[in-house]
Amino acid sequence: MYVAVKGGERAIENAHALLADVRRGDRAVPELSLAQIDNQLALGVDRVMCEGSLYDRELAALAIKQARGDMIEAIFLLRAYRTTLPRFGASEPVETADMNIRRRISATFKDLPGGQVLGPTFDYTHRLLDHALAQASEVPPAATASASEATFRSVTDLLADSSLIEAEDAQDGEVGDLTREPLSFPAGRDLRLQNLARGDEGFLLALGYSTQRGFGRNHPFAGEIRYGEVEVEFFAEDVGFAVPLGMVSLTECQMVNQFAGSGTQAPHFTRGYGLAFGQSERKTMAMALVDRALRARELGEETGAPAQDEEFVLSHSDNVQATGFVEHLKLPHYVDFQAELGLLRQLRAEFAERAADNQISDTPLQDAAE
Amino acid sequence: MSAPVYNFAYLDEQTKRMIRRAILKAIAIPGYQVPFASREMPMPYGWGTGGVQVTASILGPEDVLKVIDQGSDDTTNAVSIRKFFTKTAGVRTTTSTLEATVIQTRHRIPETPLSETQVLVYQVPIPEPLRFLEPRETETRRMHALSEYGLMHVKLYEDIARHGHIATTYAYPVKVDERYVMDPSPIPKFDNPKLSDCPALQLFGAGREKRIYAIPPYTRVVSLDFEDHPFQPYRHDAQCELCGAADSYLDEVITDDRGSRMFVCSDTDYCETRRAMGYAAPARNSDAEPARD
Repeated sequence: MYVAVKGGERAIENAHALLADVRRGDRAVPELSLAQIDNQLALGVDRVMCEGSLYDRELAALAIKQARGDMIEAIFLLRAYRTTLPRFGASEPVETADMNIRRRISATFKDLPGGQVLGPTFDYTHRLLDHALAQASEVPPAATASASEATFRSVTDLLADSSLIEAEDAQDGEVGDLTREPLSFPAGRDLRLQNLARGDEGFLLALGYSTQRGFGRNHPFAGEIRYGEVEVEFFAEDVGFAVPLGMVSLTECQMVNQFAGSGTQAPHFTRGYGLAFGQSERKTMAMALVDRALRARELGEETGAPAQDEEFVLSHSDNVQATGFVEHLKLPHYVDFQAELGLLRQLRAEFAERAADNQISDTPLQDAAE
Repeated sequence: MSAPVYNFAYLDEQTKRMIRRAILKAIAIPGYQVPFASREMPMPYGWGTGGVQVTASILGPEDVLKVIDQGSDDTTNAVSIRKFFTKTAGVRTTTSTLEATVIQTRHRIPETPLSETQVLVYQVPIPEPLRFLEPRETETRRMHALSEYGLMHVKLYEDIARHGHIATTYAYPVKVDERYVMDPSPIPKFDNPKLSDCPALQLFGAGREKRIYAIPPYTRVVSLDFEDHPFQPYRHDAQCELCGAADSYLDEVITDDRGSRMFVCSDTDYCETRRAMGYAAPARNSDAEPARD
């Protein structure tokens, strides 16, 4: 007698054992260490920390190893781990002006205080496969110089000195956290930026790109991109002052966009802002473009492009949410499908009856699957 | 690095309190979708994270948990969620509807009537019944606030005009306590009558969409319809070929590649219990009731 086959605990256990087996792969090949991933796949670690919203290089490396290099799966692992951590407060705002600069470039000034610091970058490399890298390589140490004493004032601060760019006033009060309070619309800029910082790099890249191609056009200049380490401080109630917690690497992008002004206000540049863990230039640039696009209404611009639609952008930027819901279509839907099947058969039977009576309707049947 | 030690039922107590506050609010306003700060869980969004968070927040060490998907305890996702709570909470699990104190479900309501000592936790993919009519949350929240449900009735009417029937077969919208229109999650409309006047507390968790809502015990729940097109639950016109039940929701199972099929209860516990009581497959063209005194 045929018995309805459903899942089965042993089948699942075997599938997971098989996953562990293929994850390890050929046992003759040395196993990856977390230090190898952290050091040699560092930009992947940066992305997983950023979109996983958890600054821990070792855990991010572990997630990448466990996820077999599937970045969204690794981000998901880190997020699920983050859930188990209690939150004890928000840090003081980090001061990116005091960053230990590893890279700082501006596309708006040929030279500026502190200078252009190229740092480690793919820019200007020829994208030719380097076959020498296929073998273990001997890499001589890179040339270094002692850190400049120059303070790297932000380009936007330099512009702000002469009121050429809109003022960015510090906001009082609690900073929002969408991982602790559900997002509602319209969202404040703090929550918008948090959402974008956690958002999928590919999604933001496409949206930012769409604004450059004319869907919500707003001509941007990369005023400045900087990458380096900043100190994180936490205000401790007990001692009454801010105590340092440690250093994090950050990339910050300040986009300078075209003018706003009014009868009562002189024309000035506007800002778009991007900030991410690690060296994440593509992400912060895309984020800055989308941040600026989302300010269209506030700045009295024409709206209607996808990147300007706050609810559309913020509701679909999270790749952990997106992948979960797309992939849930793999779960069984027998029950709903049976219900649809029942109705479809009934409709077809009635159609056949009507056809017999020459009363054919050509309206299509539509319904949304869940 | 040291292996992390997880709290009882995975979530920390602070998070559980936040979810319980949302649940209490949901019970106080039947059918209203309460926003809550949904967390990332170690299973994907869309695979029951809302239900899992609700269950984790109400579960105590003495509870007995049952998890079903498509009515069955043995579907992959139900197995996975049951194992999750066995591992993180160490609670006793069961497949018996009668024995369970908390039942987490996807897409079905058990056939066996529930009691006042039980809580039914639904996994919800899209909590907003108006979502497919109006994509914007800002709009739909306003529509709920004003009880502006005309659009839903127009949709149902258009179904009738087009097909002669309301073409919604699952996730069939209901009105709770004469106020809020609610999505009962994608249960087949066969299950809708069980929502109403149910002795058990019914909680609905939508993780990705960050919403919790509830039907308190003994609350009137009405499936939307029209006087001349009354709501009608659907059931395949057949008996279960394992236990002979003529009143349960049936799964259609294809048994070979020549199109042969059989119908079996979707609720596996109901089916097994009936078989243990002596009910059996119906003889063709005869009554399946076993001889009982």
